[in-house]
Amino acid sequence: MEFVVFVLASAMILVGAVGVIVRSHPVHAALSLILTLFGVAVLFVAQEAHFLAVVQVIVYAGAIVVLFLFVIMLLGVDRTEDITAEPFRIQRPLAAIVGVGVVGLVVASVVAARNALALRGDGLSIAEETGDHDSNIRQLARSIFGDYVVAFEITSVLLVVAVVGTVVLTRRMRSSDDSSTGSKAKGA
Amino acid sequence: MIASLTPTTTWYLVLAAVLFGIGTVGVLVRRNPLVMFMCIELMLNAVNLSFVALAKRLGDIGGQTTVFFVMVDAAAEVVVGLGIIVAIMRRRPGATADDISVLKG
Amino acid sequence: MLDLVWLIPALPLAGFFIILVFGRLLGEPKAGIVATAMTAGSFLVTAGVFFDLLSRDESERHHVESLFSWIPVGSLSIDLAFLADPLSITMALFVTGIGSLIHLYAIGYMHGDPKFSKFFLYLNLFVFSMLMLVLGENLLVTFLGWEGVGTCSYFLISFWHTRDSAATAGKKAFVTNRVGDWGVMMGMFLAFGAVGTLSYEGLNHAAEDGALSAVTATAIALMLFIGACGKSAQLPLYIWLPDAMEGPTPVSALIHAATMVTAGVFLMTRVNPVLEVAFDWAPTLIAIVGVATALFAATIAVAQTDIKKVLAYSTVSQLGFMFLAVGSGAYVAAIFHMVTHAFFKALLFLGSGSVIHGMHHEQDMRKMGALRFLMPVTAMTFIIGWLAIAGVPPFAGFWSKDEILLFAFAKSPILYVVGMVTALLTAYYMTRQVIMVFFGEARWKDRSEENGAHGDHEPHESPATMLFPLVVLAGLSIVGGLIQLPFSKDLHFLEKWLHPVVEFGEADIHSSWAYENKYLLLLVAAVVALAGIGASVLVYAQNRIRPIEPEILAEGWYYDKAITGFMGGKGRDAFDAVATVDNRVVDGAVNGVATLVQRTAGTLRRTQSGAVRTYAAGVGIGVLALLIWFFLRGVVL
Repeated sequence: MEFVVFVLASAMILVGAVGVIVRSHPVHAALSLILTLFGVAVLFVAQEAHFLAVVQVIVYAGAIVVLFLFVIMLLGVDRTEDITAEPFRIQRPLAAIVGVGVVGLVVASVVAARNALALRGDGLSIAEETGDHDSNIRQLARSIFGDYVVAFEITSVLLVVAVVGTVVLTRRMRSSDDSSTGSKAKGA
Repeated sequence: MIASLTPTTTWYLVLAAVLFGIGTVGVLVRRNPLVMFMCIELMLNAVNLSFVALAKRLGDIGGQTTVFFVMVDAAAEVVVGLGIIVAIMRRRPGATADDISVLKG
Repeated sequence: MLDLVWLIPALPLAGFFIILVFGRLLGEPKAGIVATAMTAGSFLVTAGVFFDLLSRDESERHHVESLFSWIPVGSLSIDLAFLADPLSITMALFVTGIGSLIHLYAIGYMHGDPKFSKFFLYLNLFVFSMLMLVLGENLLVTFLGWEGVGTCSYFLISFWHTRDSAATAGKKAFVTNRVGDWGVMMGMFLAFGAVGTLSYEGLNHAAEDGALSAVTATAIALMLFIGACGKSAQLPLYIWLPDAMEGPTPVSALIHAATMVTAGVFLMTRVNPVLEVAFDWAPTLIAIVGVATALFAATIAVAQTDIKKVLAYSTVSQLGFMFLAVGSGAYVAAIFHMVTHAFFKALLFLGSGSVIHGMHHEQDMRKMGALRFLMPVTAMTFIIGWLAIAGVPPFAGFWSKDEILLFAFAKSPILYVVGMVTALLTAYYMTRQVIMVFFGEARWKDRSEENGAHGDHEPHESPATMLFPLVVLAGLSIVGGLIQLPFSKDLHFLEKWLHPVVEFGEADIHSSWAYENKYLLLLVAAVVALAGIGASVLVYAQNRIRPIEPEILAEGWYYDKAITGFMGGKGRDAFDAVATVDNRVVDGAVNGVATLVQRTAGTLRRTQSGAVRTYAAGVGIGVLALLIWFFLRGVVL
């Protein structure tokens, strides 16, 4: 069963990824991205990361990609890009080399080190074992607000900075129009 | 039977690697700044996937915590990045990444 | 008094600065008086130091006065220091003494010249440089003076620089000297390399203690000798001295007779221990060069018509005698001859200057004659100088020349014979000069129509400021021989005085045939001198024999012309080739580096495309490289 899930999710992911890099219309690319994100969410669930799967769908697919689509529509960058042309002739072979190289090396490393992976932490608390439906969230919350609370606080500062920065960046100098975009704060 | 095969951590990591590679190629090849950004999101997702897989394997919740933070940062990054793209595109509608080359040596 | 030895060069230097600043204000004759006073003051201090040294024991006549540490670099430590010992004080005495007399003379001679004060400026600078040269405690201070006198020589030779011939002569003197200077520098480098110090004390002690190998000593001595050849106008490099007569006569007297040209002899005497431990053929070579130059120059002097050119070649010839002495190990004789030569050559030059002055700047002897009636004092003093240089006893030149020939005979009879022939010729051409100028017919009278304005003036005697030095020098030429008479050991004043300086290198000829028969040789020398005078009288005064003055001699055996031709032609091509190498290779290398950097930068600039994607590609390659490295480390190794 897990195998089937894995295969299907992988297929979604890969088809979506290839779609992002191949589709010339940016809206099509955005939709392919959504497909990939959903596939990743499925795999999150398979790996007992239920909360993250939900966050993935809501934040990533639901907010970030929507933001992308807003910008595409707003700026009218929906004209198709000419994929066949490439001004830097070396770029595509280089990209191929880098891509294949990186993938190959990482895969080789992972395969070579597969026996080195062993249980070392406390273990994930899984709902079937503890009987608690929220065990994943509880464990995750304990981790975030316990061990990593400083990082959490700083991250909230980061979000404020990002918002303020974006407002400043997109301000029109001449008039004090309200037509700045992309400045919705996230997380509540 | 094929169905009795269970995907091991290695499979997930390999998948993440492939996804990462596709994202890299996309960043290098595409010229539309928004699509380039999307490819970067692909790479981030690949990383998230590998973190989650390893969290399960190593039994450490820290992996999932990391993914949490990555997602938050990705959101902030998208906010700022899209702000920049908007600011540039307003001046030059229809510009591609190659056209923004004022720092040419 | 000895610690005031620094005052000796300081006074002329002060004179230089005073005239530099106030020269135009002082004008004529005050600038000249200041200069003369400074030099005379220097002479008085030198005399004081001399008596101080004399009052000490022989072994203590050696005082080093160090002013400051000049070059302390690593293992090289050179002080600006003065050495007051018999040799340096002897040199300083006659440099300042004769210098003062010539300064006085010049006040009269340069009367009316628009650049009067500038002349004395250079003269004082020259005296300062010469004193640095002789008083130097180490080779570098001497070299400072060496270069200084060369520079002043250039300034003074081309003093009347609007004359092309004068400007060219000045350049020629400087460039030829420079060739010699290379030798001095090489000598200094070798000395430092061998001994680790440039001070004479260090160098000479090393030679005396046997710390200097024969090869090194020979190399040092011969390199310094090359410098001496340049400065003292010996055979390959003498060509500048006859042309240097373009300068005013006081310059010729001071620089090119009495002082600067003796610097080479002084230097060789200073390092006589080094010459002593060199191979035997080194001093022999020096003696041969000296005597060959003496003969060569004497033959040329026979056919010269310019009153100063005769004296110039005569100077080259007499310097050759001094080097013959150096090469024969007769350092005392060399210094002796240097001193007497300074007296009578300065006298002769100043006398000729007086003649030129009286003849309204006519220098061709063929247009003179019978001047003894109109210029009696000049004639009298000139005749005394003539007798001294011709080697007629009891005048000074006889004793010194004889001493040299004695040592030459002890070294090799051939050297003696050549020296004797030269002495004969010396007497011959000097008599010729005296006859042509002061005796015979008054050839200047006939030219009155030709000479226009000149013809109306009769030659006249010179003013007292010019005659006084002549008289003093004449006196010295008469009694100068007394410092070293050969008759008995007690009369060897100069030898005793110089003994601590030259004892290591002085040749010992007491057991030679020459020494035992020295009175015979004395007689031969006197006879030869009289024979030379007699022959000249026969030819020029009584016209019994036709004069032999072939053109080849008048043109100096075409040596100078050959060098000029070579330097202008083939030599110049060689120099141009070297210059081209310098331009292309050396400059090219330096410029090439710059061009290389420029091109590389230009090529590298293209990586800055400004496009984000290329930068991303760069990052990608970097990541790939890192991954490869990690992979190799982690998995393969």
